[in-house]
Formats: sequence, C-alpha cells, structure tokens
Amino acid sequence: MERFATTPLNRRNRRIQALLRGLFLLMTLLLILPVALILATLIVKGGPALTFDLLFSDPRLGMTAGGILPALLGTVWLVSLAMLAAAPLGVAAAIYLNEYAGDGWLTRLINLAIINLAGVPSIVHALFGVGAFVLFFGLGASILAASLTLAVMSLPVIIVTTREALAAVPMSYREACWTLGATRWQTIRRVVLPNAVPGILTGVILELSRSAGETAPIMFTGAAFFLPLLPQDVFDQTMALSLHLFVISTQVPGVPEPLPYAVALVLIGLVLMMNALSIGFRLWLRGSRRW
Amino acid sequence: MVTQAPKIQVDNLTIRHGERVALRDVSLAIRPNEVFAIIGPANAGKSSFLKALNRMDLFTDKMEVAGRILFNGRDIRTLRNLYALRRRIGVVFPLPVGLPLTIYENVALGPKLAGVRERAELDAIVERCLRLAALWDEVKDRLNDYGSLLSGGQQQRLTIARALSQSPEVLILDEFSIAIDPITTMRIEDVLEQLRSELTIILASTSIQQARRLADRTAFFLDGRCIEIGDTEPLFEGGARDARTRRYLEGRFG
Amino acid sequence: MSDRTSPFARDTTLHGDCDRRDAAWYIDKGVEWLLFLGGISAILFIIGIFAFITHEGMGFITTRFDAGEFFTTQYWTPSDEYDPEYGILAMLAGTASVTGLAMLTAIPFSLGAAIYIGEFAGERAREALKILVELLAAIPSVVWGFIGLSVMNPLLIALFDIPVGLNIVNAGILLGLMATPIMTSIAEDALKAVPDRYREAAEAMGATRWQVIYKVVLPAARNGLLGAVLLGVGRAFGETMVVLMATGHAINIPDSPFDAVRALTATIAAELGETTAGSDHWGALFTIGILLFVITFLINLSADLIVRGIRGK
Ligand SMILES: Nc1ncnc2c1ncn2[C@@H]1O[C@H](COP(=O)(O)OP(=O)(O)O)[C@@H](O)[C@H]1O
Ligand SMILES: [Mg+2]
Repeated sequence: MERFATTPLNRRNRRIQALLRGLFLLMTLLLILPVALILATLIVKGGPALTFDLLFSDPRLGMTAGGILPALLGTVWLVSLAMLAAAPLGVAAAIYLNEYAGDGWLTRLINLAIINLAGVPSIVHALFGVGAFVLFFGLGASILAASLTLAVMSLPVIIVTTREALAAVPMSYREACWTLGATRWQTIRRVVLPNAVPGILTGVILELSRSAGETAPIMFTGAAFFLPLLPQDVFDQTMALSLHLFVISTQVPGVPEPLPYAVALVLIGLVLMMNALSIGFRLWLRGSRRW
Repeated sequence: MVTQAPKIQVDNLTIRHGERVALRDVSLAIRPNEVFAIIGPANAGKSSFLKALNRMDLFTDKMEVAGRILFNGRDIRTLRNLYALRRRIGVVFPLPVGLPLTIYENVALGPKLAGVRERAELDAIVERCLRLAALWDEVKDRLNDYGSLLSGGQQQRLTIARALSQSPEVLILDEFSIAIDPITTMRIEDVLEQLRSELTIILASTSIQQARRLADRTAFFLDGRCIEIGDTEPLFEGGARDARTRRYLEGRFG
Repeated sequence: MSDRTSPFARDTTLHGDCDRRDAAWYIDKGVEWLLFLGGISAILFIIGIFAFITHEGMGFITTRFDAGEFFTTQYWTPSDEYDPEYGILAMLAGTASVTGLAMLTAIPFSLGAAIYIGEFAGERAREALKILVELLAAIPSVVWGFIGLSVMNPLLIALFDIPVGLNIVNAGILLGLMATPIMTSIAEDALKAVPDRYREAAEAMGATRWQVIYKVVLPAARNGLLGAVLLGVGRAFGETMVVLMATGHAINIPDSPFDAVRALTATIAAELGETTAGSDHWGALFTIGILLFVITFLINLSADLIVRGIRGK
C-alpha cells in the first residue's frame, strides 16, 4: 500500500474529482427540481379551484367559469380509441419483428421507419391527420380522425416497448414449444404472449398517458375549442383537456387566474397517475416473474 | 441379424450457420429401437445435427441444411406438414426448460395442441409421462405449480415427460446431463434404460462414459465430420479404427 | 408415413398426418400474413405521411411556390388579399434560435446527469434518479407552454427588466428541459456501452474516476453522445405547443435572446385553422410541414446511423 502514498498531484486530482462529482450531482438535481416546482406551483395556484364542480360540470360564461367535464370525457374518449387502434397494430408489428423477421433489408427498413415515425413532429402528424383522415377518407374533423392521428403517433412507442417485452421471454421457451410440434403462432399465443402481456400493458399505459397530453395532433383533426353539447358518436367533434388548457390560457379573455392552473393540474395529475401506474406495474412485474 | 429399414437415414448432410460450417457431409443411419450416441468435443456439430432431424433449421436464423434426411424412409423436406414430424420426435435440451406454465400444462400442452380435448385423457397422459420420467411422486400433489420454478433436476425430468407426451417414435437428448446433479443424471439414465425397447433414442454427449453405459452404437463427431461409427462395446474396447477416435476415447483430447 | 405399433407409442393418433395440413397449419400461415402487414405498417405510415402532406402542399408548390422567396425572404403575409408573401426566413431563424438555446442548456445538463447517473451513482440512486429525470418527459407540452406563459414570463420580466417575457430565452429553456430526458438516457446508454475493462485498465494505472471518464470513457462514447444530441435537436426542433405559447409568436429575425420570434411548427398550429383547404395559404403551411418532415427525417436518420455505429462495434 505504501507505494500508493498520496502525492500532492494525487491529492489535487482527488479534489477535482470531488468537485466535479458534486457538480454533476447538482446538475442532475436541477433537472428534477423543475418537476417539483411546476407541481408545487400548480397545486398552490390551482388547488383551490380544483373542486368537485370543476371536474363534473360544463363550462359556463364563455369558458370563464364552470367545469371541464366535456373536455375530460373527450380526452378519455380520444386516448381510449387511439389505443384501441394502435395497440393491436403495434403489438402485431412487434410480434412480426421479434418472432418472424430475420435481419434482412426489410427488417432494417422497418426499424428505420419506426425510428423516424417516432421523430416526426407532432404538428406534422396533425397535417397528416388532416390530409388523410379528415379529408381523404372523409371522416371530417371528428373524434375518429383525431384518435387515428394519435394512434399513428403512438405506434412506434408501442412497437418498441412490446418488442422489448417479447425479447425478454427466453428463446429456449419457444424452442421447447416448437419441438412439441406447435406452430409459431401456437407458440406465441400459448407461451410467449402470456409472459409478455404485463410488459406490453406497461408500455400501452405509458403511451396512453403521453397521448392524453398531446395537443397539436388533435387540434385540427377533431378537438374543438368549445362545444355546447357532448359528442353523440365518433363522427362528432369533442373538447379535450389539453386543447382546453391552451384555449383558456391564450384565447379567452377574462378567465379567472386559478382556472387554467387547475386545468393544468388535472391534466398533469391524469398523466402522472397513469405514469405511476405503469411504473408500479413494472415493479410488480419484476417481482412476479415466473422463471 | 435381420437388416431393418433405418428409422432415420442421413445422406451427405452439411449444415451451415451463416458462414460457419457446423457439419460436413455426414452420412449415417439410425436403426429402429436402438440407442444411438453421438460423442465428440464441444463444437463438433452434435447439436446442429440433432436440430436438423426435426427441421429446427426452419426456425433458426441463418441455419442452412444441405443433403437428405429420411425419416421412416421419407425425405423430411417433402413433408407437407412438418409439425406432424415434430410430434413424432421428442427433444430434451442441454439446459432444462420448464415452460412458464403449470407442471400439468407443461406435459399436457403437446397433446392439447395435437387435438386432445378430454380432461380424463389428458390426466392419463400427464400421469403416465410424469411416471415415465420418474417425477410423478415428487409433483403429484402440486401439478398446478409453475414448471419453471422447479429445481434444475426436476425441470429436466419435466422436460423428458413433456418430450414423451405425444408418444414419440424418436427421443432426442442433447447433452441432457450437463446442468444437473449426478443423482438426477442416474435417475434419468434409468428412465432411458426402461424406454430403450420402446423407441429410438438418439443421444449427444460429451461424456464418453455415459455413451458407453447407454448406447448400442456410438458415432464420433469431430470438427463437423463423422469420424467413425461402431457398436459401442467394441469401439470402447479399443476396436476404433481411427486414431483420433481412439485418442478421444482414451481421454487424451481437448 | 407408417406408424409403428408399440406398447409405449399407444397414442399414435396424436401424430397426425405428415402429408395433411390441418387447421393449425393454415391458421399459422394466415396469422403470419396479418402480422407481416402489421410489421410493414410503420413503413406504410412513413410513406403515407409524406404522401398526404405532399398531396395537400402540391397545389401551392406547383403554382405559387418560389424557392428563392420561400427560403430567403422574411415576409410572411399569406392572408394579404392582394399581395400575399410566403417567406419563411424569419421562422427558420426563430426555430433555429430557440432550438440552439435549448441545446445550450440541455447538452451540459444531460451530459452531467448522464455522467453522474452512469458513472458515480450507486445502484439504488441510479434507478431513482432515472425515474425522476424521466418525469420531465411526462409533463405534456401544453403544460410546459402554460408554464412559459404563467411562470417564466413574469419571472423573466422581473429578472431582466424587459417589457415582455415571451421570447427565445423562455421557450429555449423550456425546450431544453423537455429534451433533456431522452438525451440523458441515450447518453447514459452510450457511457454504459463502454466496456468496463477500459475503466479497470485506467484505474489500475492509478487514474481517478474523473480522469478515467474524461480520458477514456467520454472519447469512447463520443458517437453515442453525438447521437443523443441529435435526437435532442430533433425533439426541440419539432416541438409545437411550447414555441406557440412561449416565444411571443412574432415574425422577426432576432438579434437578442430576449427577442420574440416565431417558429415553423407554431406557424402551422396558429394558422391552419383559419385557412380554407386548397388555398395557397393552406398549401404553404403544408409545404412547411414537408420541410419539417424532411429535416427531422434527416436528423433522426443520422442519429440512428451514429448510435447504431457504436452498438455495432
Ligand atoms: N446458432 C448458431 N449460430 C452460429 N453458429 C453456430 C450456431 N450453432 C452452432 N454454431 C456453430 O456450429 C459449430 C457446431 O456447433 P454445435 O452444433 O453446437 O456443436 P456441439 O453441439 O457439438 O457443441 C460450432 O462451431 C458453433 O460455433
Ligand atoms: Mg451442443
């Protein structure tokens, strides 16, 4: 040990190291701080306005009073339909990629497409939704068109998380099943999918929460600033929580100060709750492995 | 001795994994109801050979098989339904694989997929196969526990029970004892002794003693080639024609 | 294929006929086709997005569009009845300045966080910190925009004694925060991809942790870190609600970080609702969309090539 006695140089290096370590820790904490500050602000300023009445009544007086029920329901509608469309397609794509595709050029092309789909700006998704669903397929600005736009946007994340869940199922299970004379599909259905479902659900819930917060993609495809009536079917427009926050904080004069804070609080609360659900799910999952 | 039609006949089998050649131009025949051992060091091509027999190459990335394999005289590449072939061939892997299903389902899965619906019939199959695999007494009271949570040795016997669940004509065991304890190994060898008159057993092993204990005939694989095939006893008594086989059997090898 | 009779192989009925394809066989084939369609859906959607926005923009591109005007002038007056002008230079400058400032904040912070989380933190702290940093990504962009309006705006006014706080700094900081989680996580992956033996070798020679990171780990992770930055740029560049709400939305080539600007994405979001389908204005907005699509495509493509480069090794 004597050979490694502390020299002055060595001591200086250690001091630099301690300093930098502290700096990096500080930076990390500074990244966490905003979330806490935002939450605190929203709670302090919006908390008092967060009443039963806010959640369960219609907006009144040009959205300067009353509640957000139609927007809340609209968001639930939009994201549920979006997941209903995106989850089967995304899971199918992930199964194809993980269970069937080799690593040829087509697979590489698909991977590239997924990465780029994930990177397409949300407003471009909106333009696509308008061009494709609203106009070309004649759905008009409607819940359906907006949900499908959100679904396309959600697809890459669902594919990627599902694929991870599938890849976590050991290869040896598939081989064992194949030697019994099971087809690929029988193997997937009996052995692979049941063990990947919790992981898939985690991803879908996470994506559900992300879409609930999206604004740009639904702006021109089916979400409306204000509607006097609740939508009757999927071909009607709807209000949505995210757009409602945008509208009352930028477009409507005379909104009492706490109201947008309260709406933001509801939106973020919804999103974080689903996030927590997905994290909890993931932790529970780790504890309940069957291998 | 009556010459029987071979159960499995392999002609000029060459197997590649991408660029890598795992097996070169191997020809051999396996007789009905014999225990046929393949010995040889790691990477000799034993597993690749066994995989080709039930066409796992179709489900394995980059694995290519050239040559001909006849099962009961029929070229397996011409089969219209390869799943039917796989039901005739039970497979046991080097590492135990208890599927993440209940113990009962592990054994019943194959028959269910093959169309058995009757609960009583499935019960009978499960019990018979678990008994054959010498596992019944240990698990009969907890058939609804997860098979993947059994001990290694139990999982390997579960694998055997599963492999037997569709009454296969051929049982393939690929180094079944490398991951389990000597006691379980002995028990499984006893099981194989009981089964030997009932079906054809093909066994790959790095343990020459195991091959000697079990096999009627033994083939020695080295670097993807089949160096020598012979009746087990003479081969082990110094009757090997090839010097490499003799050196390997004397334990003076990799 | 003949079945052998044996006391053991009682149940040869299970084996089925090797020459007959049963229902399971056909179901498997059918499902494979369905899954294949799902598999290529991502490709179809990428092509579809490009095709549909091009389709809507085509009317403008083939008639009114003039590349010189579009890219090099700053006058954007599409709703002018007599002399509409379609120059996006100011918006390009707006998007670039906000994205640039976002990266100026996000790069050091995400790199610092990645180094702390990946190289210094213990096992438990690492997991916790990762989840907490991910929380930043969970906040919806419209909430960020609202924070820009309601918190950052008065804060900047008070701090810098300026009349309005909706400007490059406001949106840049928020975009930086939004881009940080993905950058941190990719950067941390890149650090993790550096084999431990490099670290051990350097430490064996008496180097401190920091020296190891600085001299060995960071250079080795160079490509992955670059990929992280590119992905962050892509995020900030394509973000809509924050730049719509927090930049001031003024067409203006900035000469100070406290200037209000307008971003490409925000222009589409603000104006699409007021145009009629098929008009020049409509087509011009879709043309901006094409531009956004192409640029993010290139950014993501290069990020992927670079990141894959390190994984491949
Ligand atoms: N899936 C695979 N991919 C690539 N190479 C493989 C694969 N399986 C086996 N090989 C190669 O084929 C050769 C034979 O391997 P294997 O058949 O597993 O031999 P053994 O079972 O006798 O150890 C080895 O060189 C091995 O590296
Ligand atoms: Mg092997």
